[in-house]
Amino acid sequence: MSEKNHNVSRRQFLTYTLMGVGGFMGSAMIMPMVRFAVDPILRAEAASDMYELTEVENLTDEPQSFPLSFEQDDGWVTQQVEETVWAYLDGEDVVALSPVCTHLGCTVSFGGDESNPDQFFCPCHFGRFEQDGTNVPGTPPTEPLHRYEHEVRDGIVYVGRPQSQQ
Amino acid sequence: MLQRIYDWIDDRIDITPIWRDIADHEVPEHVNPGHHFSAFVYCFGGLTFFTVVIQILSGMFLTMYYVPDIVNAHASVEYLQSEVAFGMIVRGMHHWGASVVIVMMFLHTLRVFFTGSYKKPREINWVVGVLIFFVILGLGFTGYLLPWDMKAYFATQVGLEIAISVPVIGDLLGELLAGGEIIGAQTLTRFFAIHVFFLPGALLGLIAVHFIMIRRQGISGPL
Ligand code: HEM
Ligand code: FES
Repeated sequence: MSEKNHNVSRRQFLTYTLMGVGGFMGSAMIMPMVRFAVDPILRAEAASDMYELTEVENLTDEPQSFPLSFEQDDGWVTQQVEETVWAYLDGEDVVALSPVCTHLGCTVSFGGDESNPDQFFCPCHFGRFEQDGTNVPGTPPTEPLHRYEHEVRDGIVYVGRPQSQQ
Repeated sequence: MLQRIYDWIDDRIDITPIWRDIADHEVPEHVNPGHHFSAFVYCFGGLTFFTVVIQILSGMFLTMYYVPDIVNAHASVEYLQSEVAFGMIVRGMHHWGASVVIVMMFLHTLRVFFTGSYKKPREINWVVGVLIFFVILGLGFTGYLLPWDMKAYFATQVGLEIAISVPVIGDLLGELLAGGEIIGAQTLTRFFAIHVFFLPGALLGLIAVHFIMIRRQGISGPL
């Protein structure tokens, strides 16, 4: 390149190199902190264990609530937590529903509304679900109640985590 | 695009003079290592500030996981260091940075001393510098307890004994610092509050005063 034919001025050259090197050093400093902060969303989901809920013979064809107690890992804390599971028999099949309303998360109960004794009812905004968890059209919830993964071994029902039905 | 956004803002609130004031500020020859390499000693003030910035940033991120509670403090530090991605690096930055700040600050103080820069009219800035020195020592002392391990506990015990040895008010001072008669739950929360709110606030205020005075008085002349 000839002396007269500079496309990049000295000032531009310095701006680019200094910004480049400075940016590189700055990101080397910031990057570990950002990765550290976003770690929770990049964590692989832990495979869920199965916990004993109740014996199959306790189930009827009408939903009943059962307490589910299990160990939950939460960062540096491991604690025993309690949940409620609504379970019933659909012929031979076990159905285990979560009482967390799919509208905004209040707690539903079966027969909670006297005028709809065979539905789940949410007191917060009067959401309703059929016995199998299907949301009743025209009430606020937009998807069915979540169902627990489950298995039956030696007459005992084990459940995992509730799964969305959509 | 960026230029147009900049111009739009500059048109309205005239921000150019703010950064021009800093960017066009001339670095005198006797403090520019490009002219005399030995002038690198003038960099230690800036390096102290740089490490303080790293301490504040890494410390802010650490508080996302750290809890100042005697049951969980140590477990939370262990978790953030060994389970969270880059935890070892972020904690390492804060851990080693705490020593680097003190080294840089000490070298900066030596430079100011041996160039006689503390003399009239800069006496007030020397005093502010000494306050910054104590605030940073305080950050080191209070931060050291936070991991709540043996080293932390006994270092704090020694530090508190030193405070207690002050004549007359020593006992009261010790109890006030510890938040009670033992080094326990209340000491930890107290040290945490001092470490992440009180002292960093004081430090930023003092550093601002320090820099404003430097800009008013200019850097001291060559030897
Ligand atoms: C000049 C400023 C600072 C100095 C000299 C300093 C010093 C220290 C020291 C010596 C420790 C113990 C580290 C270890 O033993 O590994 C520590 C821990 C800690 N500091 Fe700071 N610190 C500063 C600023 C800050 C700020 C601004 C924050 C928060 C906003 C902060 C938050 C923490 C936390 C959460 C811990 C406990 C976690 C751990 O031990 O790794 N620090 N600090
Ligand atoms: S939360 Fe259940 S209806 Fe709104």
